[in-house]
Amino acid sequence: MDTLLLNALNGLSWGMLLFLIAVGLTTVFGVMGILNFAHGSLFMLGAYLCMQSMQLFDSFWFGLLVGPLGVAALGVLVERFLLRKIYSRDVTFQLLLTFALLLILDDGVRMIWGSGYHVVEPPVLLSGVMTIAGQDYPIYRFFLIVVGPLIGGLLWAFFHFTRWGKVVRAAAFDNIMAEGVGINVPRIYASVFALGAWLAALGGGLAAPQQSLNPAMGEKIIIESFIVVVVGGMGSFPGAFVGALLLGLLDSFGTVFAGRMQMAIPYLLLAVILLVKPTGLFRKGV
Amino acid sequence: MSLSMRPHLIGPFLLLLVLLFAPLLLPVYWIMILTEILIMGLLAVSFNLLLGYTGLLSFGHGAFFGLGAYTCALLLQAGHQNLFVLLGAGMLVALLAALLIGFFSVRLDEIFFAMITLGMGMLFFSIAHNWLAVTGGSDGLPVFALPVLNLAGREFTFYAPNSMYYLVFTTVLAGIVLLWLVVHSPFGLILRALRENKQRVAFIGGNIQLLRIVAFAVSGSFAGLAGVLFCLFNSMATPEFMHWSFSAKPVIMSIIGGTGVFLGPLFGAAIFFGLEQLIIHFTENWMFFLGMVLIPIVLFFPQGVFGTLRNRFFKQG
Repeated sequence: MDTLLLNALNGLSWGMLLFLIAVGLTTVFGVMGILNFAHGSLFMLGAYLCMQSMQLFDSFWFGLLVGPLGVAALGVLVERFLLRKIYSRDVTFQLLLTFALLLILDDGVRMIWGSGYHVVEPPVLLSGVMTIAGQDYPIYRFFLIVVGPLIGGLLWAFFHFTRWGKVVRAAAFDNIMAEGVGINVPRIYASVFALGAWLAALGGGLAAPQQSLNPAMGEKIIIESFIVVVVGGMGSFPGAFVGALLLGLLDSFGTVFAGRMQMAIPYLLLAVILLVKPTGLFRKGV
Repeated sequence: MSLSMRPHLIGPFLLLLVLLFAPLLLPVYWIMILTEILIMGLLAVSFNLLLGYTGLLSFGHGAFFGLGAYTCALLLQAGHQNLFVLLGAGMLVALLAALLIGFFSVRLDEIFFAMITLGMGMLFFSIAHNWLAVTGGSDGLPVFALPVLNLAGREFTFYAPNSMYYLVFTTVLAGIVLLWLVVHSPFGLILRALRENKQRVAFIGGNIQLLRIVAFAVSGSFAGLAGVLFCLFNSMATPEFMHWSFSAKPVIMSIIGGTGVFLGPLFGAAIFFGLEQLIIHFTENWMFFLGMVLIPIVLFFPQGVFGTLRNRFFKQG
């Protein structure tokens, strides 16, 4: 019973983190049609920038505010000067361009901060443990479990109830028509990519106190996020949520029933979903 | 059949001469680099049968390379030293795996095909990484004895870099000639038709799935052949061969060299390793510079470096 609860909580907190990464990835794909290989690197860069600004301002919360904004600004530049030139090109070139970004960001971070591990302490408010059903569990992970759906809900409300969100959905639905009725589609694309980068970096900042930082952390999470996005349905918002929860729980419970082979489960899930329902669990729609 | 009547054969002929005599002129270190280029070139050319000729972007090609390498390492550990058995078995195992993965993957297109091949490749990576008893886990499988070749009453071994080079050169040459024959056969023509418009191929009675599976299997088996060679060259089979970041290498090489030219990916491999050697003289952050080089290539050389230059000077399609 105890291990069941523990695994469920671990799965939930990991799933919520995955959701933050995947929701940015799926939004960028849904609107711009680009599957961003560098999304995990933006997550990793976000973690490092958050760590740096946390040290600079001596405040976890301030770091969490500043770091992702820096990554979002980088996102604007990347969209404006690189991605914009290849929207009409073959998917191979899009994947390869974002892969090149991944190489640059991963090695760039290694050049600046070194390839060793860095540790970020959770804020005082959220440090320590909480006792639940006779088990001690870190408060910070509860915080992650709460903050994931919160941000997801805010994003959903943004896309459905604000004028700006509706404009983005219009551009995703039919960018030529949107352009025709006077929507500035290039600006929408830039801001959506910046939003995706911001979400990835926010995920990185939030992940920092839970896992140690190293330049390879992006490469590890990008494949899992790909799986979440494909399983949920590429471009689908609720799909990313359900997919992330599913994968998070499979990751934590997988060790119980599959031992070392747990590593193979996400790929099996990906293959089965692609074969049975290539559009993912949820239909496409931003 | 004289060369002056077939100007397009001059290039490959010169290349063949250079490669044949390279060990006489190059220091040992560069012979080993050249060996690696040839092996990765074969992997990239086999991969390009899918990307360039069939229009399928596989992100799991490392799996077949790795299967070839593991087959070779396991057979050598079991005491099988016949070179032809090793090469044949590596290709066969890769072929069977490619038939299996291809059967599931080819019904998908574009990004979905890339994702399922990536996932399948990583599935094999997870197995290689965790099945300690057979694969040695993350340490990989070392190879202690290299095969021997009995030919015309003489016994050849491959411990010297030069003899390893000629083994690789001969095998890669045979592989590339076979792939060339595939590409220029009626089957190769149908693959190109598939790439351009698969609906029309279906309308004239082509079985799209079957054609794609065969292309996938042929491509995979030659990747397995390259894997066997790399295992012999490297004296090691490791799970990294099957990781997606390794599978990205033939993609990069093909794009650098040009997917529309048969030997483009081989040149891509040469540029890739040449650049690596150049850059690691100055800095250990080779990946950073690879990214910096890739971006302008993706943006400004839509047919790859070799393809774009060739089109510029020879005005071929």
